[in-house]
Amino acid sequence: MSVLATRDLIIDVPERAGGMPLNLVIEPGQVWGVLGPNGAGKTTLLHTLAGLHAPRSGSVQLNDSVLGHLRRRHIAQRLGVVFQDRQDGFPATVLETALIGRHPYLSPWQMEGADDYARAEAALERLDVAHLRDRLVSTLSGGERQRVAIATVLTQAPNLWLADEPTNHLDLHHQSAVMALMAEQAAKGQAVIMCLHDLNLAARWCDHILLLYPNGEACWGPRDSMLVPSALESLYRQKLAVVEVDGAPVFVPIKG
Amino acid sequence: MLSRLGLPLSLLLLAALASLIIALGVGSAQISPAQIWDVALGHIGQGGGDALARTMVMELRLPRALSAFAVGGLLAVAGALMQVLLRNPLADPYVLGLSGGASIGALAAMLGGLGGLAISGSAFGGALFSTFLVFGLAHGSGSWTPSRLLLTGVVVAAGWGAVITLMLALSPAERLPGMLYWLMGDLSYARTPWPPLLLLLATCVVLIPLGRSLNVLARGPQQAAALGVAVRPLEWCIYVAASLLTAAAVTTAGSIGFVGLVVPHMLRLLLGNDQRLILPACALAGGTLLVLADTLARTMIAPEQLPVGVITALLGVPTFLFLLYRSR
Repeated sequence: MSVLATRDLIIDVPERAGGMPLNLVIEPGQVWGVLGPNGAGKTTLLHTLAGLHAPRSGSVQLNDSVLGHLRRRHIAQRLGVVFQDRQDGFPATVLETALIGRHPYLSPWQMEGADDYARAEAALERLDVAHLRDRLVSTLSGGERQRVAIATVLTQAPNLWLADEPTNHLDLHHQSAVMALMAEQAAKGQAVIMCLHDLNLAARWCDHILLLYPNGEACWGPRDSMLVPSALESLYRQKLAVVEVDGAPVFVPIKG
Repeated sequence: MLSRLGLPLSLLLLAALASLIIALGVGSAQISPAQIWDVALGHIGQGGGDALARTMVMELRLPRALSAFAVGGLLAVAGALMQVLLRNPLADPYVLGLSGGASIGALAAMLGGLGGLAISGSAFGGALFSTFLVFGLAHGSGSWTPSRLLLTGVVVAAGWGAVITLMLALSPAERLPGMLYWLMGDLSYARTPWPPLLLLLATCVVLIPLGRSLNVLARGPQQAAALGVAVRPLEWCIYVAASLLTAAAVTTAGSIGFVGLVVPHMLRLLLGNDQRLILPACALAGGTLLVLADTLARTMIAPEQLPVGVITALLGVPTFLFLLYRSR
């Protein structure tokens, strides 16, 4: 059974006439990377898959049920989203922020119990932000906030991760730690879909790739068939040099 | 976990009871707490309590104090809800032009020489009319956003302000004091305290299970939707609830400023942002504040009374500025 599938999905990008219908099938254990230039619709695609944005046509299926027919609470127990940008209207501590990941599982009258706290604290520990637990999120650096946001989704423990540039604002070590976390989630039988700008992270950590072109064209498949220099050069309109390091291709933009 | 909610709420409950005892005891004739106790016992059991004290407490001071408590609680809870809805810690229950609409209704009834119930009914109608006007305009052809709702509300409120000034300018002089008192908030209009008090209680019971959803909503609609909150229905629910609470408060006591802004904000600075704690705390603290303010309003220059809105503003503005200054 697939975790997520799309049927003739066309995402609703403003001022784009059409686009290629997407028929994706995401299986447990897979790590998908969505690549494309700015404005290609990566975030829109991710929000459409999360049911936060209505598609122009077609449908999304979560565990073989149509996403639009499910209740938000039910969806949130299966699918977690790491957003690219966050707004904090009211001050909240790091621990409180991670704890809201338990919201989909608690009944209205229930308070968070010891088990919920334990999960949240373990997630903070995993993302290396446990020492910040009592700090206000608004006082953290960009990278620390990003890790708190990922810890919130880890607390939510979804079957499907939708992560919009999860390595944003992160230093090199934490970029790699977050990608390792995603791979670890997949190894446990969950599925991960993430939008990435870094081809090299995609080449190293993703097993499937979706290339999204600004005109709505798309192609997808196993990593090795997608990460072809000529396809990537036309995707980004940028000349690339490729070298092999540590068993994975490394793409470097070159002048001209 | 329960003690985290229990301790602040118990303290606030004690403060509320103390404020009610003060309100019952202080006035043209002082009544000691012992006498109030006698009256309370006498009312339940047989005889006891001196007759004058009993009339004063049961028929004059208690209904007024309870009305003040209910109105203060309603305004503070409505303010806290508006702040979550607009995701702006500086929103207040009147920000969407609701008090302006209520004022127009009340002033029109007063101009027409109507009294009592007609003024209340007309104010309630005006408040609801303004609510729907703002919501309809902000909704427009697309969907509304907090900033659009806020802007529409501010502009509509400014429009009501102009109409109020016009009505005051055109009113016969003998009606002016009553109108001005109404505009500044005055609890001597309050009749029976039970409808607003019951509304306050019912709201608190309904809101407590929604508290955690409100916490999530305060982090933005997308984050809330991703965590399983049905955002649009919840926002509708908050909007209607906050409007009803404000309309009920304005109808009972005219427009009283600053309670809905200052009380939630102070509590957030002291107790954090868990709505499950903030909302009942607002009901208690808002009520306490208004009971004390009303007691001041009727004793400061007794036998004359001051509009209670003046007292809340005089207390609220410096407190608020001080907290804001300190919080940087």
